[in-house]
Amino acid sequence: MTDIIKLTAAEIASKIASGELTAVEVTEAHLARIGAVDEKVNAFLYVDREGALAQARAVDEKRAKGEKLGPLAGVPVALKDIFTTEGIPTTVGSKILEGWIPPYDATVTKKLKAADVVILGKTNMDEFAMGSSTENSAYGPTGNPWDLTRIPGGSGGGSAAALAAYEAPLTLGTDTGGSIRQPAAVTGTVGVKPTYGGVSRYGMVAFSSSLDQGGPCARTVLDAALLHEAIAGHDELDSTSIDAPVPPVVEAARNGSVQGMRVGVVKQFRGEGYQAGVVQRFDESVELLKSLGAEIVELDCPTFDLALSAYYLIAPSECSSNLARFDAMRYGLRVGDDGTKSAEDVTALTREAGFGDEVKRRIILGTYALSSGYYDAYYGSAQKVRTLITREFEAAFEQVDVIVSPTTPTTAFPIGERADDPMAMYLADLCTIPTNLAGNSAMSLPCGLAPEDGLPVGLQIIAPAMKDDRLYKVGAAVEAAFVEKWGHPLLEEAPSL
Amino acid sequence: MTVTTDLVSYEDALATYDPVMGLEVHVELGTKTKMFCGCSTTLKQGANSQTCPTCLGLPGALPVVNEIGVESAIKIGLALHCEIAEWCRFARKNYFYPDMPKNFQTSQYDEPIAFNGYLDVQLEDGEVFRVEIERAHMEEDTGKSTHVGGATGRIHGASHSLLDYNRAGIPLIEIVTKPIEGAGERAPEVAKAYVAELRELIKALDVSEARMDKGQMRCDVNLSLRPKGQKEFGTRSETKNVNSLRSVERAARFEIQRHAAVLNSGGTIIQETRHFHEEDGSTTSGRIKDNAEDYRYFPEPDLVPVAPSREWVEELRAGLPELPRVRRNRLREEWGISEHDMQSILNADAIGPIVATVNAGADAASARKWWMGELARHANEQGVELGALPITPEHVARVAELVAKGDLNDKLARQVIEGVLKGEGTPDEVVEKRGLKVVSDEGALTAAVDEAIAGNAAIADKIRGGKVAAVGALVGAVMKATRGQADAARVKELILEKLGVSEG
Amino acid sequence: MPGITREEVAHLARLARLELKAEELDHFAGQLDDIIGAVARVSEVADQDVPPTSHPLPLTNVMRADEVRPSLTPEQALSGAPAQEQQRFKVPQILGED
Ligand SMILES: [Mg+2]
Ligand SMILES: [Zn+2]
Repeated sequence: MTDIIKLTAAEIASKIASGELTAVEVTEAHLARIGAVDEKVNAFLYVDREGALAQARAVDEKRAKGEKLGPLAGVPVALKDIFTTEGIPTTVGSKILEGWIPPYDATVTKKLKAADVVILGKTNMDEFAMGSSTENSAYGPTGNPWDLTRIPGGSGGGSAAALAAYEAPLTLGTDTGGSIRQPAAVTGTVGVKPTYGGVSRYGMVAFSSSLDQGGPCARTVLDAALLHEAIAGHDELDSTSIDAPVPPVVEAARNGSVQGMRVGVVKQFRGEGYQAGVVQRFDESVELLKSLGAEIVELDCPTFDLALSAYYLIAPSECSSNLARFDAMRYGLRVGDDGTKSAEDVTALTREAGFGDEVKRRIILGTYALSSGYYDAYYGSAQKVRTLITREFEAAFEQVDVIVSPTTPTTAFPIGERADDPMAMYLADLCTIPTNLAGNSAMSLPCGLAPEDGLPVGLQIIAPAMKDDRLYKVGAAVEAAFVEKWGHPLLEEAPSL
Repeated sequence: MTVTTDLVSYEDALATYDPVMGLEVHVELGTKTKMFCGCSTTLKQGANSQTCPTCLGLPGALPVVNEIGVESAIKIGLALHCEIAEWCRFARKNYFYPDMPKNFQTSQYDEPIAFNGYLDVQLEDGEVFRVEIERAHMEEDTGKSTHVGGATGRIHGASHSLLDYNRAGIPLIEIVTKPIEGAGERAPEVAKAYVAELRELIKALDVSEARMDKGQMRCDVNLSLRPKGQKEFGTRSETKNVNSLRSVERAARFEIQRHAAVLNSGGTIIQETRHFHEEDGSTTSGRIKDNAEDYRYFPEPDLVPVAPSREWVEELRAGLPELPRVRRNRLREEWGISEHDMQSILNADAIGPIVATVNAGADAASARKWWMGELARHANEQGVELGALPITPEHVARVAELVAKGDLNDKLARQVIEGVLKGEGTPDEVVEKRGLKVVSDEGALTAAVDEAIAGNAAIADKIRGGKVAAVGALVGAVMKATRGQADAARVKELILEKLGVSEG
Repeated sequence: MPGITREEVAHLARLARLELKAEELDHFAGQLDDIIGAVARVSEVADQDVPPTSHPLPLTNVMRADEVRPSLTPEQALSGAPAQEQQRFKVPQILGED
């Protein structure tokens, strides 16, 4: 029998449904794997062993009673530690929330529970989702299973690494500027940023409200689609949630094809800063798409060059306000309350002690961008850039069905390399950020290893808002062609842990 | 509170300076739930019992706008003759304060839902003054802090504070006037009349009870002086949370006198917030508004814009009730009273109770008499608003009815009212329990009259001799003998009859 | 482009309630100056006559009916409180007022 941990979520679900495996067996296998490798990988911040087994037993009982099981019943899932989970610690990778146990579930958590998945625990992340390497976690960095001395991407490095290390078949991420896609790219996994408003943000600890979007992480396109369908949909608790049917992502993932599709390649997504091996694999992917029947269209989106700048004004501005609530009054860390200090001082001391450097940097940057003398020049201009980028996407999508690009300009860099060079770190999200600014949907999936370092390269597919199904249709076709070409999924080339 | 503030006499201040006022009124709406979450607003289950992830500002929680909050804001805007925005947004006002769970207030900034209106207010002598409205916008209330360990329960000297977030997130409408110029010496009176009129309006719209004593309506009085003839405004002070009509007037008056003193002595006014003190009508310095204060407003990304359709706005406009000033003028004519009397009724907050009492069957004159007399006195003594007295318009109407039927005289009626206020029951129950019926048993009355005549032979003779006015003494004796329960008019009739004298 | 000084960083940190250490002020001032220098490029579009986009969704009028939903219990509300007293959040003495 195949090793349980190497099965896809779709396979696990069908084996549980057929009785070939029990949910408890599946859960125990994953808990054992976590026990075996996570000390090295550090993908998990919290493993809910008892809760997971209880959920698994409940699924097995349901099946024994002949009750109908959902498409992901019994499948283990790990959640980025940014989603609130009632009764389970939620830290957002920050010391300021160490030990905080939310009294409520995020909508996504609720939906997963209702889908009878087995929640394994919470995964590591850059503090408050700020970062591209997971080095900003207050609980230590996560290693990339391809090379534990390298970063697994960020902010959702824990979720991506858990997949690549076979600790979970499905994980959940959030993507504000690339935090699902960039980790997927550098770990050889699949990650999707759904259309903004497609997945409820209620209970997802806010970094930048107008950019944040939760989404699925998996090892295959179909698995991502199954998780996408389970978490997406309108939520009356989130005013920015789209009240429309979820795009048919699972159906699209089962019917991959690019035949007759127009695929855009944006001029601005290459050049200086792009690793040669990344460009090479990307160019091959474009050739592959052509060979599969797609028509390639060159696109010029000049404002994309300003996307990173706009992002680093908008996201810090919103975060400076979103993170104000961490003030030591109602929950979380409290430092310096010795009976003589004022609330004001205790707040300042606690925030100083509880936030890491990157968070402080962005809070100050955002406070600056919003302050009265600078608002128009910075925040105001950034919002105009946003308008222009949105228009360029709209114009592009009049010519093409999807756009493709490298997900990230380089493969996984060594832990520590960019740790104190914020500008260098920010470049990791060069290709992913425009999508967040415009609110449309995008996927990253593996397209090979860079010849120079043997590390995974990600292919990004971008679709218009609420056309998330196109990502899966194209992604499934590309994935199938690559697996056929390589003879196996890319991840099998990763060194064993 | 001992404050040493130099003041210039009011008359002298006005001889030199021209006051400019700005009034900011916060009204807590009477919605069932909070502005951005489904928590109840009725606040009766103890501290922190009506909070949820959203109004506690827990990580991850999000707001959703209360439809009735928006509707109420539009109604208020329309009643204030404002334009209603076709499209507007909420904004975050960022500042740290422990009573504010998110450390930003979800408010509106440069895109208020209602703007450019006016409210005509009538002063005591009937003069109408137009107060221009700058804007009315939606926002949320803060939690409540209790300061522990200080001698007076104030912030100062407290060792720590306790926070209850039951009130956090309750919808507020902030109504801001344009600078009120040209009121001159009547500025304090205008301020009071404006707040009173606004309160009537809010109540008429049925969007809030607008009880100032309960903090449902709170007023900030901004005031500056400029030398007469000067165009530019002077530096203003902002007196916060002035929470009664009388205080609004006093605060404005005090600030005029204080500003004048500072300016006369060659000093400059500091832009600061000030606290009003009910005890002596003074204000004291609060927080200085320096440039460090920067609210860093930006559009609230967790909410989408509010774009009230014109159909909705017109529907709400069509459903507006008769506006208070119009209604007052109508009632004044119906009741046949003077402007001045109507103003007193308004000031006493008695229009509602009187109308309700009339609706319950009383005639307008007696309804007015009871509410403006006996009941106003009780309310005053207890320092509560008229509407807060534990007596209903139905009770008052019943008392009036009993008096009209002759079952009670005024003296007894006052005792009935007192009983009702003491919680002894309905008027009829009080009459029953206290045995307060007018003695109408002619036999008993006749006996008492005979006794009085017999016991006061000299007076009786005087009356027989034509000094009819002396009858009062005998009436008094009968009333005393019947412990006030006789109908005085009937007693007088009986006495004169017995003595064979006619009044005419 | 305007740079950002150490004093400015100190002022911003006060606004943001961060008790930065002296060495952090120096460190951040340098880094923020670089970042702001780079992102200030957005002002290239400042003159363009385009409306700002504060949000990627074109939605308006998302409202809920004025209907009561269950609240947390006071115990749940206070479950994360660093300190509590009399069913209230206990916080250090509050200075100033608003
Ligand atoms: Mg306000
Ligand atoms: Zn609430």
